[in-house]
Amino acid sequence: MAARETPDKTLGESLRDIGLSRRGFLKFCAATASMMALPPSMAPAIAAALEQARRPSVIWLSFQECTGCTESLTRSHSPSVEELIFDFISLDYHHTLQAAAGEAAEAARLQAMEANRGEYLVIVDGSIPGPDANPGFSTVAGHSNYDILMETVEHAAAVIAVGTCAAFGGLPQAKPNPTGAMSVMDLVKDKPVINVSGCPPIPMVITGVLAHYLTFGRLPELDAYHRPMAFYGQSIHDRCYRRPFYDKGLFADSFDDEGAKLGWCLYRLGCKGPTTFNACATMRWNAGTSWPIESGHPCLGCSEPSFWDGGGFYEPVSVPIGTSTTTLLEAAAVGAVAGAGIATVARKGKKDAVKTRQPVTIEELEQKL
Amino acid sequence: MNGSMEFLLWVKGPLFTIAMVIFAIGLLARLLEIFLLGRAPNYAEARAGEWLPGLRTMIARTVADPGTFKRAPFNVVVGWLWHIGFLIALLLFIPHIELFKGVLGLYWPGLPNPIVDLATGVTLVALVATLVHRMTHPVKRRISTTEDYLVWTVVFMVVLTGYLAYHRLVEPYPLALGMHILSAELLLVLLPFTKLTHIFTAFIARWYNGAAFGRKGVQS
Amino acid sequence: MSGSDQIPVSIESSASCSGKPRDYGNARAVLGQIRHALERLIASGEETRIDLNAMPFGPGDLEHLTNCLGTGEVQASVEALGPTRIQETAIPGVWLVDYLNAENQRLTLHIEIANVPQILCPQPQDLALAIDRLDARLDGTPAPNTPPLSS
Repeated sequence: MAARETPDKTLGESLRDIGLSRRGFLKFCAATASMMALPPSMAPAIAAALEQARRPSVIWLSFQECTGCTESLTRSHSPSVEELIFDFISLDYHHTLQAAAGEAAEAARLQAMEANRGEYLVIVDGSIPGPDANPGFSTVAGHSNYDILMETVEHAAAVIAVGTCAAFGGLPQAKPNPTGAMSVMDLVKDKPVINVSGCPPIPMVITGVLAHYLTFGRLPELDAYHRPMAFYGQSIHDRCYRRPFYDKGLFADSFDDEGAKLGWCLYRLGCKGPTTFNACATMRWNAGTSWPIESGHPCLGCSEPSFWDGGGFYEPVSVPIGTSTTTLLEAAAVGAVAGAGIATVARKGKKDAVKTRQPVTIEELEQKL
Repeated sequence: MNGSMEFLLWVKGPLFTIAMVIFAIGLLARLLEIFLLGRAPNYAEARAGEWLPGLRTMIARTVADPGTFKRAPFNVVVGWLWHIGFLIALLLFIPHIELFKGVLGLYWPGLPNPIVDLATGVTLVALVATLVHRMTHPVKRRISTTEDYLVWTVVFMVVLTGYLAYHRLVEPYPLALGMHILSAELLLVLLPFTKLTHIFTAFIARWYNGAAFGRKGVQS
Repeated sequence: MSGSDQIPVSIESSASCSGKPRDYGNARAVLGQIRHALERLIASGEETRIDLNAMPFGPGDLEHLTNCLGTGEVQASVEALGPTRIQETAIPGVWLVDYLNAENQRLTLHIEIANVPQILCPQPQDLALAIDRLDARLDGTPAPNTPPLSS
C-alpha cells in the first residue's frame, strides 16, 4: 500500500468525474446532512463545502481493543454514501483491514505521515497502557502502543478517538485497570482530540464525524468530553420515545411484567438513559431497525466515562454504588456503642454532681447578681 | 476527576458511603444517648397508664390546636405544607424508592412524577416563605441562630437541586444529579448533629410528654 | 433434543403483540411542524424539509404519521445514486421523499413541504447547460455522456 499524497482535485470535481449527476449530488448532500445529524436546511451549505473539500489522509491505529468499533464501521448500513466518503478519504494505514503486513505496513504508515505532515487525521480505537505501565502489555510490530501513538500524532492535524476505550479508557481501564490503560485524551494534550464514544459507537456517528471534517475541513462543535454536540448533545432520556411513560410514572418492574410488554419506562430496570449522551434514540442500530430501549433493554450508558465501574447495569441511576446494608448496620452498631458510652459518662457525671452538690441559699445567689 | 460523570460517580460511590456511615453512627449515638440517659425515677404511684396518653399526645402535638392556629396561622399552614411536600418528594418519588430499596432493601409503591413535581414546587415556595417570615418577623428574627439558617439552607438546597435535576434545568444532567446527591449527603451528615435530628426525635419526645402526663393523670 | 422440550412454554397474546401500531404521540408533534410549514409555504412560498430520520420515533410512530398524511395522486422516482421515491401525500404541498441506496436501503426519509420536491426540479447548473445540450442534438451530434431517452 503506497501512501498517496492529498490529490489536488476537490471532492465536487471527483464526484462529477465518476459521473454523479447533480441530483445525485443533491441526494448525497441530503444523506450526508442526515448522517451528520444536521437539519436538511444545511444541505446547500454542505454542497458548497463539499465542492471545495479535499481528500485527507487517514491513519487508523488499533490498541487495546476488541475490533468491535471497526466491525461497527465496516458494517454501517448505507454503503453507497459511506463508500463515497471512504473513496474520498485515503485510509493509508489500518492494520486490521489492510492487505499489507509487517514491515510494509509500518512503512506505509511512516510514508503517509511524511507525505501529509501536519494534515493527516489519526483515528484511534482501543486504550493505551500509559507511559508508566509495562510497555509489553500491548505492542504492534514490536513497538509499545504509547510510542506508536505519540509518534503518529506528532504531526497530525487532529485525533479522533473511536469507541469508549480510546475516548475514556473503557473496559481495559475498568477497576483494577491491570494494564494501566489510559485514554487518548489523557495522553495527547497538544492536538485537537474528538471523542466518538460508544461500545461500539453508532457507525453513522463515526462516518458522520469523518464527513464533518471532510466537508467543512474543521472539527465539529464539541461537548465537555470532546464529543461532537451534533450526536452527543442530548441524553438518551431526553430523546427516548418511552420518556412519556417516565413522566407519567409508568415503569416496567421486571423484564416480563405487563409494564415491560406495554413498553413502559425501563428506569427501574437500571436504564442509564438519564445520564447517557448518545444518538441511539434517533440514529438507531442495524440499518435503522431498532436500538436497545426499543428492544426492551435498559441503556447501559456505554458512551460515558467509567461505564464499567458506574454501578450495576441493572441498578437504577439513583442507587448508590458500593453502599451496602451491612456497612450501614456496622456503622449503626458503632454509633450505638458510642451512644452507650456517652450515656454512661453522662450518667456518671450526673451521679457525681448529685454526690458533691452543695446547698445554695437565696442570699448567696443574690450576692452573685 | 475532570468531568460531570466522574463527579456523579464519586458522589454516588465513596462519598455516599462516607455520608451514610457518619449519619448512621451519629444518629444511633444520639438516640442511644437519649434513651440510656433515661428520666428521673418517679416514685409516686401511677394514676393512669402511660401508653395511650403518650400516643394521643403524639397526634395532639402534631395537629395544632385552635389556639396555636389563631396565634400563628402562618407557622401552622406553611409548616405543614412544606413538611408534607418534602415527605412526598422524599418517600414517594420512584427514583428515591429505588434508592431505599437499594440501600435498605425496603420498598413501597410510589406516586406519578407530576404529583411529586407539584409537591416539590409547593415545598420550594413554602420554604422560601418560611425564610422570608423568619427574617421579617421581629421575634423569629431575634431567636434565629446560625444553625437555623444552616439547616434551612441545606434542606432548601436538597429540594432545589432535586427540582433542577428532574426538570433538567442544569446541563449536563450528571452534574445536576450529582449536585442533588451531594446536597442530600450534606443533609445526612448534618442531620444527627443539628436540629434536623427532630426528624427522629420529635415523635419520641411527644410520646414522653404524653406518657408523663398520663402517669400523673393530667389531661394530655 | 436434550430435555429442552421439558421447559414449559406459554404463548401469550398481549395487546402489544396484536400487530396494531402503537402510538407514542411523536407523530402529532411532527404534524404540528408540518402545519406551520404549510402556513409558511402558502404565505411566502418558503419551502421546508423535515428529516424524519432525526426524529425520536417509537415503533409505530412513523406509520401513524404516514397514515395520517395519506396518499396523493403523484408518485415519482429519481435514479441517481440509487433510487429516490417521491410520494405526494393527501395533503397538497406535503411530499414524502424516500432516499434509498442502490441496495434499496433507506439513506434518509424527508417530508418536504413545497410545490414540487427539490430533487424533481432540474438543477440550476444543469439548466444553464440545457440549451447547449439541445443545440448539440439539433446539430445531429449526440453528446457522448448523455444516455438515449429509452434508458
